[in-house]
Amino acid sequence: MTYFQNAKTIVKSLFSRPSTLMYPAKPAKKMALSRGHVIIDPAKCITCRSCQRKCPAQAIVVDVKEKTWEIDRFRCIICASCVEVCPTKCLAMDPQYPESTTARGGIYKVTVAGPKKKEPAPDAAAKPAEMKE
Amino acid sequence: MGKQITVPFGPQHPVLPEPIHLDLVLEDETVVDAIPSIGYVHRGLEKLVEKREYPEYIYVAERICGICSYIHSNTYAECIEQIMHIEIPERAQYLRTIWSEYSRLHSHLLWLGLFADGMGFESVFMNAWRLREHILDDMEATTGGRVIQGVCKVGGVRKDIAPEKLDEMLKGLKNLEHELHDLTDVFLNDASVIHRLKGAGVLKTEDAYYLGAVGPTARGSGVPIDIRQTGYAAYGKINFKPVVESSGDSYARCAVRAKELYTSIDIIEQCIKKIPEGPVDVKVTGAPDGEFFARAEQPRGEVVHYIKGNGKKNLVRHRVRTPTFTNIPPLVTLLKGCQLADVPIVVLSIDPCIGCAER
Amino acid sequence: MAQEQVTVPISVGELVERTAQMKKNGCRLVQIGCTKVGDDYEINYLFDKEFALTNLRITVKQDTVIPSVSSVYFGAFVYENEIHDLYGIAVTGMNIDFGGHFYRTTIKTPFAVTITKEGS
Repeated sequence: MTYFQNAKTIVKSLFSRPSTLMYPAKPAKKMALSRGHVIIDPAKCITCRSCQRKCPAQAIVVDVKEKTWEIDRFRCIICASCVEVCPTKCLAMDPQYPESTTARGGIYKVTVAGPKKKEPAPDAAAKPAEMKE
Repeated sequence: MGKQITVPFGPQHPVLPEPIHLDLVLEDETVVDAIPSIGYVHRGLEKLVEKREYPEYIYVAERICGICSYIHSNTYAECIEQIMHIEIPERAQYLRTIWSEYSRLHSHLLWLGLFADGMGFESVFMNAWRLREHILDDMEATTGGRVIQGVCKVGGVRKDIAPEKLDEMLKGLKNLEHELHDLTDVFLNDASVIHRLKGAGVLKTEDAYYLGAVGPTARGSGVPIDIRQTGYAAYGKINFKPVVESSGDSYARCAVRAKELYTSIDIIEQCIKKIPEGPVDVKVTGAPDGEFFARAEQPRGEVVHYIKGNGKKNLVRHRVRTPTFTNIPPLVTLLKGCQLADVPIVVLSIDPCIGCAER
Repeated sequence: MAQEQVTVPISVGELVERTAQMKKNGCRLVQIGCTKVGDDYEINYLFDKEFALTNLRITVKQDTVIPSVSSVYFGAFVYENEIHDLYGIAVTGMNIDFGGHFYRTTIKTPFAVTITKEGS
């Protein structure tokens, strides 16, 4: 039988800083590769619908006629398939996790530039992203 | 001989992270029979193959379990690759092995923490989870996800690890090994732990084999089944020995998991030293036509993925037999004859993962 | 990963006998799984000995009553109850029969029917 086996760990813990972070006072750790949430650059989207087809959770809906790109944040499983498949690289992964909410919804809709037949309309690109209930 | 009474155990119980219900038939304080019942969290994920194309389904396959997630995606990908005769690059095989072992480390440390917590050993719980955080950090830095890595794909892997990061991981593992010795020595040599676990829930070797026990549950009873020996991914090029204990009680199962932590670290170190340069994926076209049973060693034991395809993008059938599912009959057997007060410990000692079991 | 995998089609009648033979040979039961192929149901009984797999396969219709192998392998009851609950195939002689309450599903025999709820 042995005694004071744990003493080493205890002494070490006494003289080291806590392993936990004071979240949210201090920001959570994030890595360069972390998958937080999908962001879109509306000016570059050509509404090709590749992301919608590749999405395993069917969270993305692209409306070609209305030129909108919509994601259901609660359906999204943050696998980054859409980011990989996007031909114009308008989708990207933000390493920050999305903020938690207390309400239903989570649908995020953006008006995008649309296909590049003509010059992308400057007003559509400048339009700020709007939240929809 | 006393009167028989039935005591329900679960589905909500302080030691159970997930819902499993057991009807315990007691004589005085001794369990004479146990009837398991599951089915509280059945999601029908296997049915989803009819709605999702096979390259996207891998993300669904990965979400069968929240702990051994990576190995599910690995096995699924391997199964498809076997059917379609895809040869994946060697570097990808090594990377898959590294991540598999990382997820084993994180799963075993999680289990060690929960198990210690289940018997009231709080400081081991805190320390195990503190060490697990280093593993999760390495996982997130290399794959982008803490527990759901999403890094495996049919035809290879999606991310490569830079050589500098590999060296850093090697250094981190050396440190970790040091700290793990402090942790497991305390846990396995503690007098009250030994008193509590020795002789509780004994599973005989023959029972373990024919009841279908897998993983540490089988190896704790002296059955040397370790699917890593079949040499999937890069395991064929790595030297390792499965950890086997012979006494078959809860303590043996704990000891197997504790010692496997070192095996995992050793395998990762070998992989990092041997990993060749090269691409990490190949292009995959077409669709699987045929069937295959792919097996892999998860932290909890052998997992079987069966895939049947008919040349279309949507598979006909994807069937997963998870380790906990086949560990339920051994659990029933090893509960017989143990004390009611030991039931929570014995149930935890097989490391049940019910979400996994029911898919 | 070159594993040996042999599939042996057998009839329902010889199932229990062949399973007992497997146990005598020192195989362990890896899994029992059902696959719906058209109107037929393939049931795979997978055995392992020293990492070599043998697969006994019976092909049945949904109304076929199949005998349980749980008298040979005690652990078979989990798979047989699963097949009964998800595919609606009756299994007789199980050592622990949950009577269709192994899985709690809103749709009866969910894996045997085509579910059309989701759009697109």
